[in-house]
Amino acid sequence: MFDYIWLVPVFPAIGVLINGLLGRRIEAVSKHLVHWVACGMIALSFIVTCVIFSQLLQLPPDQRLYQVTCFSWIHSGVLQTYVAYQIDPLSMMMAMFVIGIGFLIHIYSIGYMWEDEGRYYRFFVYLNLFMFSMINLILANNYLLMFLGWEGVGLCSYLLIGFWFDDEANAIAGKKAFITNRVGDFAFLIGMFLLFTGLGEHGVWSLQFSEVFSHVHYLSQSQATMICLLFFIGCTAKSAQIPLYVWLPDAMAGPTPVSALIHAATMVTSGVYMISRSNVLFSMSPFAMGVVATVGAMTAIFAASIGLVQNDIKKVLAYSTVSQLGYMFLGLGVGAFAAGMFHVLTHAFFKALLFLGSGAVIHSMHHAYHKVHCHDDPQDMRNMGGLKDKTPITFWTFLIATLAISGIPGFSGFFSKDEILWQAFSSPQGSWILWLIGAVAAGMTAFYMFRLVFMTFFNECRAGEACEHIHESPPSMTGPLCVLAFLAAVGGYLGVPHALGGSNLFHQFLDPVMGLGDGKLLHDATQAAAHGAQHAAEAAGHAMHAVAGHVAEGAGHLAEGVEHGEHSLFMEYLLMVVSVALACFGILIAYIFYIKKREIPAALAERYSFVHRLLLNKWYVDELYELVIIAPLRGFAYFLWKGVDVGVVDYIVNGVARIVGWGSSAVRYIQSGYVQSYAVSVVFGTVVLLAYYFLKAL
Amino acid sequence: MIDNQSVYLAISAVLFVIGAAGAICRRNAIVVFMCIEIMLAGVSIAFVTFSRANQSLDGIFMVLFIMAVAAAEAAVGLAIFVLMYRKHGSIDLDKFNLMKW
Repeated sequence: MFDYIWLVPVFPAIGVLINGLLGRRIEAVSKHLVHWVACGMIALSFIVTCVIFSQLLQLPPDQRLYQVTCFSWIHSGVLQTYVAYQIDPLSMMMAMFVIGIGFLIHIYSIGYMWEDEGRYYRFFVYLNLFMFSMINLILANNYLLMFLGWEGVGLCSYLLIGFWFDDEANAIAGKKAFITNRVGDFAFLIGMFLLFTGLGEHGVWSLQFSEVFSHVHYLSQSQATMICLLFFIGCTAKSAQIPLYVWLPDAMAGPTPVSALIHAATMVTSGVYMISRSNVLFSMSPFAMGVVATVGAMTAIFAASIGLVQNDIKKVLAYSTVSQLGYMFLGLGVGAFAAGMFHVLTHAFFKALLFLGSGAVIHSMHHAYHKVHCHDDPQDMRNMGGLKDKTPITFWTFLIATLAISGIPGFSGFFSKDEILWQAFSSPQGSWILWLIGAVAAGMTAFYMFRLVFMTFFNECRAGEACEHIHESPPSMTGPLCVLAFLAAVGGYLGVPHALGGSNLFHQFLDPVMGLGDGKLLHDATQAAAHGAQHAAEAAGHAMHAVAGHVAEGAGHLAEGVEHGEHSLFMEYLLMVVSVALACFGILIAYIFYIKKREIPAALAERYSFVHRLLLNKWYVDELYELVIIAPLRGFAYFLWKGVDVGVVDYIVNGVARIVGWGSSAVRYIQSGYVQSYAVSVVFGTVVLLAYYFLKAL
Repeated sequence: MIDNQSVYLAISAVLFVIGAAGAICRRNAIVVFMCIEIMLAGVSIAFVTFSRANQSLDGIFMVLFIMAVAAAEAAVGLAIFVLMYRKHGSIDLDKFNLMKW
């Protein structure tokens, strides 16, 4: 079934074509058909993915690499690129949850977008296009195809954020997302160019992962550092880290399924995926890894601080996403690639659930407001309250997700977050400072998430007249919530660490890809066939010698650190207890502030109004960017427009026309209308001719 | 020594110039027409002179043609002048500048 991997991206592409070209007509005939096509295509993709995944699991761990080449894409001199897909643990793991959660969100969108007349089909076109791009990104076997998917998801993000483009603010938010992502894409592209030429100097003209990673030791460390930093800038844009995270909170202007899918579970994790995929390259440059870890940690705590005081339910979740992505990068930066990916997985579950849950809340509030003709903001938490009894399914699933994100033991978030914090502390590239920042951010996370839950679901309803009209969402929306709640609760058991008696299946599954194994998967082990095994053994030997010098240093230390415990087991338990204690402390403070003594938050805001305003206004980062970057650019663009394009280019072109006009208006006086003056010209001409011949003859 | 041929050619040139000057400077259309005839006469003399000098009859035939053309031209030209007078009440050439820019 491996050879049919191309079906996985092609099914959503077919959905795009059908709904895109015929969607308006289909919607006029039957709205149901639109979502049957879209969801059906994703379901088919998911089925194929599941089959391939199960077949992958049947292979022994050191042979889990299979590449399928579909067709040749660019042939230009030394650049030979193919559209080809790679089946290995990392890509299949990503594919499983991306397509699975994508499918659930397609189902959810049926209920959420049902009342959008005339635009229903467009939403599903964009969703399917997004899935197509994301699948290409994940399954690609070379950087160029991954970049195609990278750009494609950025495009779909723009289209979907600005879906309700009649409201100009949404269009502006979409534009902001796209342009900010573009800055990152530029850095990514330059990084790819450097990688290509850097390897090319040694004769390896390829951007295929297996080729690159088996020859990456040819690069000098400064080259590798440069490339990694450029790649990381691309990630800061796509995965919303400092300094290019600014588009993500604004992206909440899009419909909630979009926020759930793109800005929580899938697109924003593509940066994390890219770094995990390039772990061999990153391992070559401790400096770049340090930058990744530091930026990740700073972002985690920075975004958490902003989320503490926001009043819009989606904004809190947006900053929470930025913060959790910071965690993932922290994990990657200290060398715990598998831990970072594990957090990607658990985060996808509970964050998608949180967003979908908030969407259900907003949906209910919107309907209630609609009934009483009220125009208050359905997303403002200060208008909510008491929804616990009115929307029970939403409440219980939301609570499960909140417990997960806060890192309460037993739920998925605990295992992944704790592993990252432990690695941040104990890994040779980590330090206790990074751990401390992460732990404090975890406490803040617990606080603001429970603040959200208490303000939304507890106490009495603050919506006034609309209160009686609030009711549960339709099953098409609550169904996915339940499925995700189950996953958010039990998903963590895939990665129970050794310290707690588990075997960390997740970590073992991803080992061969992360360079910690015997490097067999780093080579182009084409088929797991008879000759393939011998080929792989030879290749592995070669890889070990070649790669050992660089990767094994960092990886070996890490392996030791993880397996044997550079720091003692006691330390690990202690840190676990500390982080749980911090989370419980955060929840306790939230309980006091928002249930027991509700006058405290307002009083604190009064006393520390400077800090409160600073946090509420997102540390004025957007205003800073406007001042320092955007306004000068706009001024420069204005100058280029008025000064150069209109002033110089248009002036020259118009000037030519003006000269012709001026010349002709000077010459036209010759046409006087008097026959006799024409006769003069004839005589004059004759005289000139005669004179010429006369003088020539002389 | 100024021989006969030169004198004849000089007369021809003088006649031509007088005709040209008149055609350019006179206001009355009929006088302009007469000046054109003077030009033609001057040219005829030149033709006859050269015909005599080359001892061939080509020049004489040319003059015959000139006569015919002059007659036809006179007829057409005078017809145009009659129409002009009917339209404008005058055949003063300074008054006909409708085709100016």
